[in-house]
Amino acid sequence: MDFGFTDDQRDIQRTARDLLSERAKPERVREHAESGRSDSELWRELCELGWPGIAVSEEYGGQGLGRIELSILCEELGRSLAPVPFLASVLAATVIEHSASEAARERWLPGIASGETLGALGVAVDGTAELVVGGAEAQVIVLVEDDGTGRVLAAEEAEVEKIASIDPTRTAARVSAGDGGEALDGDVAAGVDRALVAVSSELVGVCDRALEMTVAYVKERKQFGVPVGAYQAVSHRCAQMLLETEKARSTAAFAAWTADADPERLAEAAAMAKAAASDAGREVTASAIQAHGGIGFTWEADVHWLYKRAQLDAVLLGGAGSQRARLAGILADRVRASAAA
Amino acid sequence: MDLTFSPQETAFRDELRAWLAANAPAPEPSDGGEDAHYAWRRDWQRRLYDAGWAAPAWPTEYGGRGASLTESAIYFEEIGRARVPMAANVLGLLLGGPTLMVWGTPEQKERYLPPILSGEEIWCQGFSEPDAGSDLASLKTRAVKDGDDWVVTGQKVWTSGAQYSKWCMLVARSDSEAAKHKGLTYFLMDMEQDAVQVRPLRQITGEAEFNELFIEEARIPDANIVGGVGNGWKVALTTLMNERAGLGFALQIRLRQLLDDLIAKAAERGMLERYGDALAELHVRCESIRLLAWKGLTDVERYGQPGPEGSLVKWLWSDTNQRLTQLAVDIVGAEALTSGESWSYELLRARGNTIEGGTTEVLKNIIAERVLGLPRLKVAA
Repeated sequence: MDFGFTDDQRDIQRTARDLLSERAKPERVREHAESGRSDSELWRELCELGWPGIAVSEEYGGQGLGRIELSILCEELGRSLAPVPFLASVLAATVIEHSASEAARERWLPGIASGETLGALGVAVDGTAELVVGGAEAQVIVLVEDDGTGRVLAAEEAEVEKIASIDPTRTAARVSAGDGGEALDGDVAAGVDRALVAVSSELVGVCDRALEMTVAYVKERKQFGVPVGAYQAVSHRCAQMLLETEKARSTAAFAAWTADADPERLAEAAAMAKAAASDAGREVTASAIQAHGGIGFTWEADVHWLYKRAQLDAVLLGGAGSQRARLAGILADRVRASAAA
Repeated sequence: MDLTFSPQETAFRDELRAWLAANAPAPEPSDGGEDAHYAWRRDWQRRLYDAGWAAPAWPTEYGGRGASLTESAIYFEEIGRARVPMAANVLGLLLGGPTLMVWGTPEQKERYLPPILSGEEIWCQGFSEPDAGSDLASLKTRAVKDGDDWVVTGQKVWTSGAQYSKWCMLVARSDSEAAKHKGLTYFLMDMEQDAVQVRPLRQITGEAEFNELFIEEARIPDANIVGGVGNGWKVALTTLMNERAGLGFALQIRLRQLLDDLIAKAAERGMLERYGDALAELHVRCESIRLLAWKGLTDVERYGQPGPEGSLVKWLWSDTNQRLTQLAVDIVGAEALTSGESWSYELLRARGNTIEGGTTEVLKNIIAERVLGLPRLKVAA
């Protein structure tokens, strides 16, 4: 039993944090968010380092590392809010690798792993997804439906309409599949559950950063002659933010581990992780705005970017409520199974 | 990251599980009150002791198994899973013994450790006072030097098992001139003297797990000081640090079992769908408590001391147990509130969870100050 990272995993984390704290400073994130552009320079750099292919198998040109390593990068990118199409691309790669045909894997994965091809993943109802993160710039789009079916299609095979979301650090699109592309012929849930873990890890990073910014602020900001963080109404809110963050972190880590080491438990673990991370993302970033007071409501204060990222990630691939509904189903099956035994 | 047990840990668990299955305690006595219940737990400790399972975490030289932290956690998980009671002398085994191992003299270890392990001498904890709860260091019980003895006068509260105890881990003020934390001394007080009166403290469940101690000029010899005169605060912290280390794993399993019972109840009444969201949320919380507890253990194994993050586990556990028992009333209905019904007991007992062993408010302060590094508000004295 060991909950810690290996030395290699710690190296990945440290390298990523160092790089992003240098290359994705808040002012740079804001500049790109305001102009609605991805940071193509940073993205090129991340591609050279092999980030988009970290969890793609070596046979498809990736690094073939595990889901824990991918989660580490997701968390660090969530912390920094780097305006790059990383999450959307790795979500698409994950579902293609675990749920699509061999032909589709060969066609798309090497490009996604190298970063030359961008991917996106959306949840569609009757072939149309209202908001696909990264959809506007993706060359390959995966759409999954609630009934466990899905399609993978080249962007030109779909109807892609660029839209603006509340989170301008990433592009978004409305995507209709029609009959284009090819149906996912494998285990769609196996891909989607792994994708849920990646989103959960990004949310953990968002929470971690929101808490860090808030703690720094409430130590500095004085009212009535003392730092506001000395008031328990404020400090206990911060403690609650930590509790939510750690709940999300522990369940996301568990889910990433099961994906590689104990896939039988992945469905449950992924649903738990996404439920905890979606709630934490919303509550922690909302608390960050509140604890910043009036400043927190201004455009300049940067906490709002975290709130916006969290709002989108929280609903991505199903929010806390739908994950808990899945869990309730798993619990009900268990009761039936033990009654039958 | 590897969330599986090593072959050695698995062997430890299997051995214990097999032993527990073959050596289940006698059925819980249904009458005879507290005394019968306590005698039952004492018998159970004797059986654990005879098989070498009373305190596996103790070093072998003191009669334990020298179990690792992980094995010790497995021990409490299995005790919880088997639904067997805690050993009668739980405070001696978990708090008193380990405190003596750190601070005791060789003579004290030799004298006190064996009867703790066997359950021949029961221990209780005399820390809290009516006016010193969260602010423990403000305690007022006085110890005055008299020849080779100390004469102790004061009042203690929340002393569980006091009526069955031979020894009390007592923290008293031995120097009223010294600063608040410096004037305290840690004593082992013999409970078998007239100067110590034990009065049961009836709690909101109607039972009396705890007592008040009225101490009127009790005598304690010098030899019963642990860790030296004036060093009581440090010794008390050692005791407090051990308080949640092992028990947490048993409580976590108990919470899991209650939730499984509740889910089964909801299924039986066709209410799984209606309460699916709330039950799933409790499931997520339960599992994250388990994960955070194991994560805390990894931290201790890697970095030595348990971190203040342990406060998160206790906070989350106590809050979750309250939510769970409250939801049970919704699912079971008014019947849950019938006296004698186990859910009504669980509901009432759970109110103590966010108070005992550190109130949630104090835990939040600890997290804010010691984990997040937030400033502390200076309160006017």
